[in-house]
Amino acid sequence: MNVAALLETAFAGEAPAAGASAGETRAAPNQAAVYTVAVIGNPNTGKSTLFNALTGLRQRVGNYAGVTVERKTGRAQLDRDTWAELVDLPGTYSLAARSPDEMIVVDVLLGQQAGSQRVDAILAIVDASNPERNFYLLSQLCELGLPVVVALNMTDVAERKGVRIDTARLSAALGTPVVAVTAHKGTGLERLRAALLQALQQKCPPGSPRPDFPAALLAEAAALQVELLSHAGLLGRRVSLPEAFRVLVDQGGHAERRVGSALGSGFLQGLEARRRNASRIPLPAEEVRARYAWAKRMLAGALTRPEQPWRNPADSLDKVLTHRFFGTLIFAAFMLLIFQSIFCWARPVMDLISSLFDALAAGVGGLLADGALKSLLCRGVIGGIGGILVFLPQICILFFFIALLEDCGYMARAAFLMDRLMACVGLSGKSFIPMLSGFACAVPAVMATRTIANRRDRLATMLITPLMSCSARLPVYAIMIGAFIPETTYAGGWLSLRGVTLFALYSLGVLVAVPVAWLLKKTLLRGETPPFLFELPSYKLPDWKGVAWRVYDRGKAFVLRAGTIILAVSIVVWALSYFPHPPEVAARHAAARAELERDAALPEAQRAEKLAALKQAEAGEYLRQSCFGRMGRAVEPVFKPLGWDWRISMAVLASFPAREVIVATLGTVFNLGEAPGHGAEDQYKALRNVTWTGANRLLFTVPVALSIMVFFALCSQCAATLAVIKRETNSWRWPLFSFSYMTVLAYLGALATYMAAVWLGA
Amino acid sequence: MKNLAQLKPGQHATVKHVTEDSSALYQRLLEMGLYEGAEVRVVRFAPLGDPMEILVHGYNLSLRKAEAARVQVEVGR
Repeated sequence: MNVAALLETAFAGEAPAAGASAGETRAAPNQAAVYTVAVIGNPNTGKSTLFNALTGLRQRVGNYAGVTVERKTGRAQLDRDTWAELVDLPGTYSLAARSPDEMIVVDVLLGQQAGSQRVDAILAIVDASNPERNFYLLSQLCELGLPVVVALNMTDVAERKGVRIDTARLSAALGTPVVAVTAHKGTGLERLRAALLQALQQKCPPGSPRPDFPAALLAEAAALQVELLSHAGLLGRRVSLPEAFRVLVDQGGHAERRVGSALGSGFLQGLEARRRNASRIPLPAEEVRARYAWAKRMLAGALTRPEQPWRNPADSLDKVLTHRFFGTLIFAAFMLLIFQSIFCWARPVMDLISSLFDALAAGVGGLLADGALKSLLCRGVIGGIGGILVFLPQICILFFFIALLEDCGYMARAAFLMDRLMACVGLSGKSFIPMLSGFACAVPAVMATRTIANRRDRLATMLITPLMSCSARLPVYAIMIGAFIPETTYAGGWLSLRGVTLFALYSLGVLVAVPVAWLLKKTLLRGETPPFLFELPSYKLPDWKGVAWRVYDRGKAFVLRAGTIILAVSIVVWALSYFPHPPEVAARHAAARAELERDAALPEAQRAEKLAALKQAEAGEYLRQSCFGRMGRAVEPVFKPLGWDWRISMAVLASFPAREVIVATLGTVFNLGEAPGHGAEDQYKALRNVTWTGANRLLFTVPVALSIMVFFALCSQCAATLAVIKRETNSWRWPLFSFSYMTVLAYLGALATYMAAVWLGA
Repeated sequence: MKNLAQLKPGQHATVKHVTEDSSALYQRLLEMGLYEGAEVRVVRFAPLGDPMEILVHGYNLSLRKAEAARVQVEVGR
């Protein structure tokens, strides 16, 4: 075989799956041309900031077919009639994929990802202050046969460090355009757009110099591609040279597994022989040596480092922030601060929103006659939406903190601090970040577990993350704490009993997650500990625009979710509580009302009181007779040991599809919305005055409130989370398992809490 | 010869060899820049003694001691 000729064609930029060049097929005259550009870089290179700066609001988020790596695309205008569809790929250090989600990057770049456009060019983001390691990935990107544009980001940080890069020389060495940008300030974007446009409109991509791989390695890679091409029928596609290279080098990697599972053990034996032929030393070492040497060669002459290594003054913060005692203390204090503040700062806005929705319901109610429609609109629809939107301020504050900590570099330190602790239960500090995100919402957190390469660790994290108190639990905690935990303060008003209770509930999820994770790793998910290598980025001042964007993005996601699932459930719950609505109840109460109004001897104040009581009684009557009430009474014996009556039981059952619904449900069940006056404090008062049906005993005592909160802290009441787990694991086994174990845990936890609280006489 | 995990904060060293196998860890250690000839400096250990932070190729890398133990080093610049 003529290896030299083969390499010539193969490494000269053979585009996978051939096809005409983008310029020919898509740039029709008088019509806007749209190119596809993959945006890729190491983690912490400011990739998202640059992506946002280029695309602005023209973004779309979805999922890749088959897996659930977030597929983020956005449009950037390059000139008057040329647009680029930017595909934001997950941050990665290398194309050596070890998991399906890491493989997505390779598949998108090689144009073999189902449902994705073939990539016309690559926008490679390189951290200008740390170019060597970033160039490792760049060298892999330059071999894909696609035009590459290098964006040297964070040039401001590099300059402060005294690192200077001559872009013209670097561009000449690489054979690709190199543009210095500072994404968060928006500098260099014009030049970047121009460079992209030029790269896209060139017919053949300029060739970059190749790393010096041994000839034997290149020959084996090329021969392997020929072998794989001969199996194109079995594999269902034509394997490109870069992919064959990954199959060869990444022993135990995803590329090998995928091809191997289709071709069988005979192929794998042949592959082992090829590896032995390719080099005497392990292939990963061969690859790394060649690529870092390439990086050095490319940067020689273009990169100037200061003689004295520069130290970021902010990095000396780490002496304190990762200190044995102070670091841990500061970490705990940070968490406590966050929970205290979401509880206090959000209050005025929440009250405003809730009174707005009350006014809206009253306004709409005034226009309609009594009946099913009015009840549906006011209670089911407006009440449902209002009951969710009211918690948006708290959610935004929480996400603000998460985005802030991530952006300034503290999140990586949290993983560094927490790794030893997580290792105790067989997980890594990486699991800590999804778990921390779980405090905001388990849905993105479960998705974030994809960054964990090890499948068992990923599953374990996915199963314990829903135990973290997510933002949807906050409404439940808020209403229960607001109504039943006294406003006692300690330490001169700085520490409130309410804040402490909230903190305890958040801690509960973590404390329970520890033994659960440990058990999972000892039983269902046994296996070796995965590698845990990650960069500790330099501390930097947060990019406020980026933080604001994340808050908006996540807030929107919550509202949209609330707007669909929650509203649907709210309406179903309303229907269950409204129908059958027997007319004889109305008739009976109308008669009683008329009698009260006729009684002239009755003082006016007493009459009003009695009328209000009558109204409550009527609502209660309807509820007892509704489908909802019947279901509630059927399950009451199960929940009675927790101190709950059939109405609480029913409200809890109705909130299984989405826990935040409980707030709206409680409002409906106990007629909180119709209590005199409006606002949170009146709701709490109404809730405090609820009595057991047919008895003059208060329903909600502190033990009951605590048992409800503990139940909600531990229970799996979120259809969306279960659906995401199903999609991530591609089986109903894990969501079912997650649901079952959490529900049992919640019941037992609530039971223990109730009994302990009653015994303590709280 | 020592391994990376045995160094003290502030010590400089040069990577001599990384124990090979087919694991993700071996490949990842190399890719992050811990190949033969790379210069490293130990920055600190985490509060609970593990993981450790090192400086390599001008950036800070966190790795566990069990992982660092696979990296043989020669102390000194």
